[in-house]
Amino acid sequence: MTMNWQTPAGMTRRHFMQHLAGSSAAVTASMTMGNAIYANAEELKKNHKSAILLWMGGGPATIDIWDLKPGAATGGPFRPISTSGDLQICEHMPMVAQQMHNLSVVRSMSTREADHNRGRYYMHTGYVPNPNIEHPSYGSVIAHETLEQRPELEIPPFVSIGGASAGPGFLGMAWAPFSVTSNGRIRNLEMKLEDSRLRERMYALEMIETGFAKRTRDVPAYEHAKVLKKTFDLMTSSQMEAFRVEKEPEEVKERYGTDGFGQGCLLARRLVEAGVPFVEVDLGGWDNHNGIHTILKDNKLPQLDRAMSALVEDLEQRELLKDTVVIWMGEFGRTPRINQNAGRDHFARAWSCVVGGGDLKGGLAVGATNSDGTAVDTEPFSSEDLMTTVCKGLGISTEKTFTSKNGRPMKIAGGGKIISELV
Amino acid sequence: MSRFTLIALVAFLPLSSPAADSSQPSQVAMIDQMIEQGWENFEIKPAAVAEDEQWCRRAFLDIIGRIPTGAELEEFLEGSRHDRRRELVERLLHDDRYTEEYAGHWATTWTNILIGRSGGNDRRSMISRDGMQKYLRDSFARNKPYDTIVRELVTATGSTKPGTENFNGAVNFLVDKVNEEKAVLATSSTSRIFLGQQVQCTQCHNHPFNQWKQQMFWEFNSFFRQTRSLRRFVDGTRDIDHAELIDQDFAGEANQADDALIFYELRNGLTKVAYPVFTDGTEIPKSGFVSDVNRREELARLMLDSEYLDKMVVNRMWSMFMGYGFTKPVDDLGPHNPASHPELLEELGKAFRGSSYDLKQLITWITLSRPYGLAPVLGSANEIDDPSIGEMPKFSRFYLRQMSAEQLYQSMLTATDAASSGSYEEQEQERRRWLSQFVVAFGTDEGDEATTFNGSIPQALMLFNGDLTKKATDSGRGTYIDRLASSGKSPVDRLNYLFMNGLARRPSVNEKKVASALLRSRGGDEKEMLQDMWWAILNSNEFIMQH
Repeated sequence: MTMNWQTPAGMTRRHFMQHLAGSSAAVTASMTMGNAIYANAEELKKNHKSAILLWMGGGPATIDIWDLKPGAATGGPFRPISTSGDLQICEHMPMVAQQMHNLSVVRSMSTREADHNRGRYYMHTGYVPNPNIEHPSYGSVIAHETLEQRPELEIPPFVSIGGASAGPGFLGMAWAPFSVTSNGRIRNLEMKLEDSRLRERMYALEMIETGFAKRTRDVPAYEHAKVLKKTFDLMTSSQMEAFRVEKEPEEVKERYGTDGFGQGCLLARRLVEAGVPFVEVDLGGWDNHNGIHTILKDNKLPQLDRAMSALVEDLEQRELLKDTVVIWMGEFGRTPRINQNAGRDHFARAWSCVVGGGDLKGGLAVGATNSDGTAVDTEPFSSEDLMTTVCKGLGISTEKTFTSKNGRPMKIAGGGKIISELV
Repeated sequence: MSRFTLIALVAFLPLSSPAADSSQPSQVAMIDQMIEQGWENFEIKPAAVAEDEQWCRRAFLDIIGRIPTGAELEEFLEGSRHDRRRELVERLLHDDRYTEEYAGHWATTWTNILIGRSGGNDRRSMISRDGMQKYLRDSFARNKPYDTIVRELVTATGSTKPGTENFNGAVNFLVDKVNEEKAVLATSSTSRIFLGQQVQCTQCHNHPFNQWKQQMFWEFNSFFRQTRSLRRFVDGTRDIDHAELIDQDFAGEANQADDALIFYELRNGLTKVAYPVFTDGTEIPKSGFVSDVNRREELARLMLDSEYLDKMVVNRMWSMFMGYGFTKPVDDLGPHNPASHPELLEELGKAFRGSSYDLKQLITWITLSRPYGLAPVLGSANEIDDPSIGEMPKFSRFYLRQMSAEQLYQSMLTATDAASSGSYEEQEQERRRWLSQFVVAFGTDEGDEATTFNGSIPQALMLFNGDLTKKATDSGRGTYIDRLASSGKSPVDRLNYLFMNGLARRPSVNEKKVASALLRSRGGDEKEMLQDMWWAILNSNEFIMQH
């Protein structure tokens, strides 16, 4: 086990090392290793693509947002409007409508998981939950596949804003989401200790860690070392400026919306700009079993419209959109039937997700549902298909196979097929 | 021990059994035998027995929720080598000086199970977290039988908040769960937490792969339909002061109280009817009048008769001590989810019922069992026993796991001998503030949540730089480091003490070398060296893991 602390400079360290002379060879060796692993980085083909996932916790009613059924008994009160793309969306999304040339709606999503936890897991990983193995989520996979091409990145490659996201599964805790609140404030970032003394403490810590890992020979002990290394990097990195969303001009903040989701989207743009390969921004509150249309019209859709349109517009203006895939989805859609409480319940059989940016085409409606939205009329797409397509849009090989801890081969994104209309 | 007593003792023992087993309850032998059978079947050899010091730390963490102090570790080691483990369990469970900590630890654990880590933190919530904890603390302090606790939680009426009229803290389990959406959450939580039956999917449709049907969900749900939560406001405002959980006559959805039915919709839009029927098919009278039949009382009665009640709780308790339950997830006992040791699960459930649901006995059986006493070592002889990669657990070693945030908090206080200041309420508020930083919500109506106290970066940052660590490593007058620096005979002495206190072992040769290098680097200031080493110990995996 090695932690590879960046080689510290100055007398203090040399002085310290002299005193350590004579302790075990393993320890001294690991201390003198620098970041040699990054030496050949320039030769690697650079992939600076990123993804931003807008996660709609609770399961949004896509029939009221992206795939309206005006006139059908299931249609609800909202009207469709034209957009800058080749499709119509909900009248309460006027600003996003102006960005639709950049985004495509996959209207033929058809999945089987209509329980929150199962649906969240499935949509985040491309695998159905299995008690025997934990699969890595979007963010962990994409961070894992792109990080070695970004040797300069010191901040965590997978940031989750304002929510819980999904975990790294068998890739290990070093690929877990770094969760922050939408104001970008990070707790306990500062130590206020002399740099040399901090490094010496790290050496002492490494010594204890090494002994424990050797004695138990178990995985968690090794994982911890990687997390410590990332934590150390982050504390000492100037790149952490990217989290300071408060430094944005007032008019930009207002364009995104000053609520948590708006500021989260703005923070996502700053992070992508700084080279973070995967950012997830969470907007909860879509589990509308009661009085759905009032909530959507007065609350959820205006909030979504403002922030999502600002993000896409901003990415395009900064010429980041061609390198940034944007994904909008929740764990499932909601029933076309409006229930006795004027709400819609969980429904996975026919619903929509939205993608755009990167190498993916915008402005399209891919696939279609039937006249009342209860079934998919065209080729159905799954979480695996969507995730595979996103990987394609990010230039990640869709042939990649991971090996889980028990030696089982696992295709990236569950081995889905590419949605050909989008590429 | 004199020669005479030794002979006398031996005379009473069956020849095959080692002397240490003389005072063991028979349930311990049963656990050992069934777990060992599993090793034999899979042709694996268990890890060695854990070091006594390590085991002592383990038992403290699991039974009262914190690591032992240096003095407690010494007290343990002074006991007879053959009997010190049993003595310690006995002490932690029955000695008055631990009653409060025992009750506090289990109250915290069960509060998280019953109302989640965020229950009662939201302004709109009717839950009083204080009320829930007070009820549980009192119950565990008195070692109330488990079945009584379940009955009280399921049937409770009264007010949520301590100090109000009709206060009954047990109501906090259901108070937020019965009002919204026709008590759907009360249905799914009660069946999952106490019976290990996962029904949340069947609210809307028949479950694709377990035996639960939509009809059963609404039949179970019918038991909660006499129950309402009433908000009580602060005078002259719309701020909720507390809430009251009551039973009232239920007219049913067809408005006929002597035949109080409910309707539910099938996926195809058809409407069906349901009455209260327990999961095993037992019906109760259909009247909605509380004076005719109190539906929650009936539910509790049926639950207490169910073998699932027994299995669920022993599975949960086993998983808390062993790191894995017999099933994964621990609260799904459906037929689609086979157990690793079905026979042991069943027998342990029966034995627990036989003990009149005495939780302290169950804890004794588990902690004195052979698998609980093993070293946390993954070796070549038990390589296949790795549940983290999806293998069924075989309990041939102690599985490493991280402490809970609550255990870490208490352990940090203990390790630094932090003199508790302020009233119980003030300390509790401080603890809760600290814990809340790790809770993240998923934004669903079911209140799903996760913790970032999971070995990831935010946790590492907290341990590197957080207030708790700052306080623990402070060297000002009267602090832990300050007192340590002026105790003992030599720096080595003090370093030993530091390691015993934090990790329940002495420092290795390499660790001593680092300490002396640090000492020189700090210009000979021993206090500063102790600060640095203590910081390293508190941040180590060895400190934060249960092992």
